[in-house]
Amino acid sequence: MNLSMRWLKEFVDIQMDTHEFAEAMTMSGSKVEEFWTEGAAIQNVVVGKVEQLERHPDSDHLWVCQINVGDPQLLQIVTGAQNLTVGDLVPVALNGSVLADGTKIKKGKLRGVESNGMLCSLGELGLTQHDFPYAIEDGIFVLQEPCELGQDIRQAIGYNDTVVDFEITPNRPDCLSVIGLAREAAVTFGKELKLHKPLAQAGHGDCTSMLDVKIEATDLCPIYSARIVKNVRIKPSPRWMRERLRAMGVRPINNIVDITNYVMLEYGQPMHAFDLRYIEDGKIRVRRAHAGETITTLDGVARTLKENQMVIADAKKPVAIAGVMGGEYSGIMDDTTTIVFESANFLGSSVRVTARDQGMRTDASSRYEKGLDPNNCLPALERACELVEILDAGDVMDGVLMDDHRTSQETRIPLDAGWINRFLAVDLPVSEMQRILQQLGCEIQGDEVIVPSFRSDLEHKADLAEEIARFYGYNRVASTAVQGSMQGKYSPRQKLERTIRETMLALGLSEIMTYSFISPKYYDKIGMPEEHPLRKSVVISNPLGEDTSIMRTTALPSMMEILARNFNNRNAQAHLFELAKEYLPGEDEDALPQEPLKLIGGLYGDDVDFFVAKGIVESLLEKLSIDNYDVEAAADAFGYHPGRCARLTVNGEEIGLVGEMHPAVCANYGMACRVYTFTLSVDALFRYANDNKQYHPLPKFPAVTRDLALICDDETPVLTLEKAIAGAAGKHLEKIELFDVYKGKQIADGKKSVAFSIRLRSADGTLTEEQVGSILKKTMQALEKLGATLRT
Amino acid sequence: MKEQLEAIRVAAITSLSEAKTQQDVEALRVRYLGKKGELTAILKQMGRLSPEERPVIGQLANEIRAAIEASIDTRLQALQSEELMRRLEAEKLDVTMPGKRRTLGTKHPLTIVLDEIKEIFVGMGFDIAEGPEVEKDYYNFEALNMPKNHPARDTQDTFYINENVLLRTQTSPVQVRVMEQQRPPIRVIAPGRVYRSDEVDATHSPMFHQIEGLVVDKGITFADLKGTLEIFVKRLYGEGSQVRFRPHHFPFTEPSAELDVQCFNCHGKGCRLCKNEGWIEILGCGMVHPKVLSNCDIDPEVYSGFAFGMGLERVVMRRYNIDDLRLFYENDVRFLQQF
Repeated sequence: MNLSMRWLKEFVDIQMDTHEFAEAMTMSGSKVEEFWTEGAAIQNVVVGKVEQLERHPDSDHLWVCQINVGDPQLLQIVTGAQNLTVGDLVPVALNGSVLADGTKIKKGKLRGVESNGMLCSLGELGLTQHDFPYAIEDGIFVLQEPCELGQDIRQAIGYNDTVVDFEITPNRPDCLSVIGLAREAAVTFGKELKLHKPLAQAGHGDCTSMLDVKIEATDLCPIYSARIVKNVRIKPSPRWMRERLRAMGVRPINNIVDITNYVMLEYGQPMHAFDLRYIEDGKIRVRRAHAGETITTLDGVARTLKENQMVIADAKKPVAIAGVMGGEYSGIMDDTTTIVFESANFLGSSVRVTARDQGMRTDASSRYEKGLDPNNCLPALERACELVEILDAGDVMDGVLMDDHRTSQETRIPLDAGWINRFLAVDLPVSEMQRILQQLGCEIQGDEVIVPSFRSDLEHKADLAEEIARFYGYNRVASTAVQGSMQGKYSPRQKLERTIRETMLALGLSEIMTYSFISPKYYDKIGMPEEHPLRKSVVISNPLGEDTSIMRTTALPSMMEILARNFNNRNAQAHLFELAKEYLPGEDEDALPQEPLKLIGGLYGDDVDFFVAKGIVESLLEKLSIDNYDVEAAADAFGYHPGRCARLTVNGEEIGLVGEMHPAVCANYGMACRVYTFTLSVDALFRYANDNKQYHPLPKFPAVTRDLALICDDETPVLTLEKAIAGAAGKHLEKIELFDVYKGKQIADGKKSVAFSIRLRSADGTLTEEQVGSILKKTMQALEKLGATLRT
Repeated sequence: MKEQLEAIRVAAITSLSEAKTQQDVEALRVRYLGKKGELTAILKQMGRLSPEERPVIGQLANEIRAAIEASIDTRLQALQSEELMRRLEAEKLDVTMPGKRRTLGTKHPLTIVLDEIKEIFVGMGFDIAEGPEVEKDYYNFEALNMPKNHPARDTQDTFYINENVLLRTQTSPVQVRVMEQQRPPIRVIAPGRVYRSDEVDATHSPMFHQIEGLVVDKGITFADLKGTLEIFVKRLYGEGSQVRFRPHHFPFTEPSAELDVQCFNCHGKGCRLCKNEGWIEILGCGMVHPKVLSNCDIDPEVYSGFAFGMGLERVVMRRYNIDDLRLFYENDVRFLQQF
């Protein structure tokens, strides 16, 4: 919300420096985003008078002017403009001046004739014809303003207002107006708020029989009021009004349109003016639209209306979408003679839905949707008529056309000074509280505060506390520590997540963070089968784009995207992990999805292979003391190399997968290298992790290590052999280490050689040769049952 | 004979001092002290001596043997030491060559700072609460005093799943969930992902992180809110940090405030970082709105509380001087490895 300081000063006496004003307003709750002075970039441009005008000797379009800028010495300036005559007052950019766009003007020669500056157009001052309707766009700005020679141009044309831009929060639609902000300023600086009571003389006949006004949708419109102005005289509005509109960011159009905008800015009440001749059968109806009804709005767009949208209609057709925009033909034309000024109040939520569904937010709708004060309609309407008279824009008729369904319900809040003082931890006398509230427009009646109708945001004593606190000063309130001590802690689950993260970091993986939403096409990219249940995702109904349109049911595509990006960025290797949520839709539409957390790892580079990836998983499981897991080949897992993927299970429950990605998947991501990923369910890890670690005494007796080189079927998994060894070797087995797997020369087809190093140890004494021999014998018997024999 | 012995001593010690290798020394030992060595040969002639001379010569011979043996040891030690020096010389490394590094796993910068913030609040007695990211409209808006078509909803462009389910636009719904499940005293923070329909650019992302905080108990005051958050800011930004509380509006707190920290770059003078304001907005906060307490079946006449919420990304960007938010979610290892 831009505020003209010049306009503000009409209501409250503000003399301080703008910086100080902005700071104080910010600290009392009206946050200033920025402020600036109009025409601030312009330097050294002054008013001059054309004293002589001669053709340039060497040009048929240039003129040589002698300009009087208040010095005895005339200034010679060459111009190409054709709209000058002797005696014109013009803006003169002197030698060393700066124009609105930052252009610097220096003296020079034009076709051999000295020119000591430049005469300016509107555009060169940063203005348009809307600001000075009498001037032309493509020529020198010939001033029709009372001004002095040599006077700074900004001062001469009133282009020097200071504009302060406020951030107005949605609870304060009353501050979307000069008066609203003036009230805040008055309380902030302890000044008087000088309000003016509008009054139109009227006296040009009674209008009340000219139109029949009726609200049909009384639930959406508490009051509709209108007045009629006849013999309108459409012309530009006066400079002071144009200046104020421009400073507030509104383009001046003509006196009638400008009045509606001026009143909206001053009072915060949107106004609408329309031509009486387009109202058929003398009827105004405020009603819900009929389904399929159409209207072409002022912006030229034909719109189809829905039954929940409110319109202003005549006997036959809608003439405006209520609170949003008027109809095309009802607008003010140059030949308009009689106009209706409308000032009405509409239910905010209704206007909001209509504006949203019609896809057009206007100045009016963005005010209405926040909930405006119905009691503001009539003063605003009176003000508009008063301005018609001040501007001599027409003849105001007597009487108000009105349908009024306002309820006179006022909000009363007990002023509980004790509670407020305790709540804020301050010690303010009740009189001080009353003073602040009264200045804000509240009425004090006994122990009660009667809230003014323009402050519908005040409902509860906590709201009064805020009003008092912000003018007392938030930063004058003490700072205390919360009484009573509490133990802050991480839950066991949060600690586990931290352990997982720290373990991944210790294993050399870097943490990533990826978007939770993906494209449904990403399921194809990771090779998920068409009918796979994970294809059923939570779908965003209004996504930014297809790439972020569904919530992922698997974190795998997110990881692949990041690996691929790193690969494309020519990073030689990447070892990454994420603690990533997945989103699995609930049973019915309104049930919230499950959001299981997964640990996903992704690796590529010269230093990784399947067993590096699997080793990372094994190290984590070791860290979490999960040792009862099984590993099996998972040829069926989509996305993975069918021969290089392992499924990890505990008690038959899958807890994760680790594997090399299928080359087709890598190709989908443009990755010409082997890629490894693993996924583990954090929920499962939490269930199976054991942090109740116990110390085991260090061994007192030496270990015996024996190597076993076996020949077995190629298909026999190493894990099967290890389990057989572990089962047979019994309690003295300390460690089995695979150190070689060999296929090829000297080994029969379909067979492989597998070599283990087996470490045996007893806690009770040094193992004897007999004991070791017996263990090995049992071990070999178990292995022979699997078809494994000692390699000889 | 005495002269012969002395001659051997001189010859042996001289030649030992000139021995170049351990093998030379060994050869000299054999030559002088060996079974067939020169000294042994002389001692074999002891029988020819008179009984008076024998002890004298015998003693001399032992002395000389000891001297030669000492000389051998000395020489051997010297040679060993020389050889070690030669080896060490040969093993010399260019220590300026780079070390062989282990790959360091790095925490994501957002996690680094989030962990720090969690530590600060856990130290102040807060637990860490969590809530769903796909959330009901009720928790995200309605229970927070933002009914359907409330204008404040416009400030948070929302991704909807359907009319009643959405991607949470803030971590504030966790406040409501905590208050539904737990009775006061409550002290929690709730960090997490939130979603808003903002196109991606250097300062916007449709997904980002917030940290919510909630304290509810008997007698919680606005001064408690100020004190708690001031301590937090000083822990996060340093003891010297200046803060101010500025009135603002949130539908679910009353009074509401935004907390600004004096710009660390210009110390309040105004610069590009703080957009010439001298202050940088860090978080929103306020006293929990009585309606929100009532919605959670907590009596606002008995209990009061405060809540706050802050964005994580901007804090991290300022800490590390990161100028583009997209880097957080692109996860280029050259970025990640810097932290």
